[in-house]
Amino acid sequence: MERMERRAALTGAGQSEVGRRLGRDPLELTLDACLAAIEDAGLTTRDIDGLSTYPGAMGGNPGFSGAGVTEVHDALRLELEWFSGGMERSGQLGAVVDACLAVACGLARHVLCFRSVWEGSAQGKGSRAGIGLSGGGGGGSFRASGPPMEWTLPFRAYSAVNWIGMFAQRHFHEYGTTREQLAGIALNARRNAALNPAAIYREPLSLDDYMSARMISTPLCLYDCDVPCDGATAVIVSHVDAARDLRKPPLRVEAVGTALRGRPSWDQFDDLTTMACRDAARMLWERTDLGPGDVDVAQLYDGFSFIALSWLESLGFCGKGEGGAFVEGGGRIARDGEIPLNTHGGQLSGGRLHGYGFIHEACVQLWGEAGARQVAGDPEVAVAGAGGGPLAGCLLLTRL
Amino acid sequence: MAEKPFRILPRVTGENEHFWCGGREGELRFLRCQPCGTYVHPPAPLCPDCLGKDLQVEAVSGRASVLTFTLNHHPWVPAADHPYAIAIVEIDEQPGLRLMTNIVGCPAESVHVGMRVRAVFEEHEDVFVPLFTPEGA
Repeated sequence: MERMERRAALTGAGQSEVGRRLGRDPLELTLDACLAAIEDAGLTTRDIDGLSTYPGAMGGNPGFSGAGVTEVHDALRLELEWFSGGMERSGQLGAVVDACLAVACGLARHVLCFRSVWEGSAQGKGSRAGIGLSGGGGGGSFRASGPPMEWTLPFRAYSAVNWIGMFAQRHFHEYGTTREQLAGIALNARRNAALNPAAIYREPLSLDDYMSARMISTPLCLYDCDVPCDGATAVIVSHVDAARDLRKPPLRVEAVGTALRGRPSWDQFDDLTTMACRDAARMLWERTDLGPGDVDVAQLYDGFSFIALSWLESLGFCGKGEGGAFVEGGGRIARDGEIPLNTHGGQLSGGRLHGYGFIHEACVQLWGEAGARQVAGDPEVAVAGAGGGPLAGCLLLTRL
Repeated sequence: MAEKPFRILPRVTGENEHFWCGGREGELRFLRCQPCGTYVHPPAPLCPDCLGKDLQVEAVSGRASVLTFTLNHHPWVPAADHPYAIAIVEIDEQPGLRLMTNIVGCPAESVHVGMRVRAVFEEHEDVFVPLFTPEGA
């Protein structure tokens, strides 16, 4: 059976202004990104007949969602054949995979996929230090209900940094991974961000800076955590038959990974040294004749540095447990290394665009549009993976 | 035990009361499938192994091992005891029967993978939060 990926292509990518705290209407940022992607593909809003987004409109979690399907649909007066928005899918990029399915099945021809955040502004001045709760003794009127909050918050595990810190600690325990090694992820991101005008943190970061940074949740320090920001990203997924005469050479979707074979949980996953990326990556390689050695650039989720390490292992760029040694010093993952990683600065230095910065950068690198940070050698194959813990989804893109 | 820290409490329901309130009787309790003996956590309406619905609440020994941990330094809420230890522990009765918890009653820096611990309970309103302390403590 022909794999559905053969009928899907990426034809445009766009991004809004990105900043620490822009104080701008998040819907406006979203639309800026959407219009940039549409123009990039050489399309108009009248050509867009599908919409797909993560996580969809939602309250709670201030700044976590800048816009849902309905707002974008109406603002652009789109005439849609298919649309979808929501969180219960294979990580953030699951919305892009769904768009591939929609065009492959003939439900739409050009699907606009977007993700927007305004966590920088929503979390206000200062850091994301507080969760808006205080006082001693019992927790007041708010009660945690359902997974994951019921099983984490009562134990004062307020943040994903606590949850990911435990995966990292188990990896350190089993494989001897060290903070000095893990630093390679953060320092590489900062070196790349220096060449990306849109990145949030661009000043040099040294190993000493990293090692002396304040601890957040062991073994993760400040520089192992990404930076909340405001910004939106969009890509266009087109049916291959509708992609041929557009502005740019279409990027073929060679394979996707959406599997979650372990328990869908932050604390019940069978192997505490890896995460759902293990399953998504395995599935990705099951759907293509290409292998990790064919990949020219890797854009892998670094909401926390350890997640990127886990993706590198999962995708087979190094062996299981060897991620620490692989990223140590940063040479292998540098722009001129074995597998250039997060060439835009990732979320650690580029800003927490929540998964979509990675697929945007994969496209930009394959189109040769990355400017000062462009990877040499005319990259032809890129992998983008997003999500940590029980979230994971990945796509392998090629220029061929 | 030192002064109780702030905790967000769980919403107690008919389905989870055995877990969150078992500490009133000093017991760590889980659902257990009666025909096949599998402990089920978090609570669910059926056994994931045999898909049977004959689940009953049973107490376990409360003995466990630390699978992994993290020392939280960041002041998400004001507290006097930073850093404190968050851990995932595995209950002796069944491989894979585990929960996130805190390790208390010892210096946070002494917590390690493989540490032997036992359940203790911290009372907040109607909830008895299951925490763990070094086995010999």
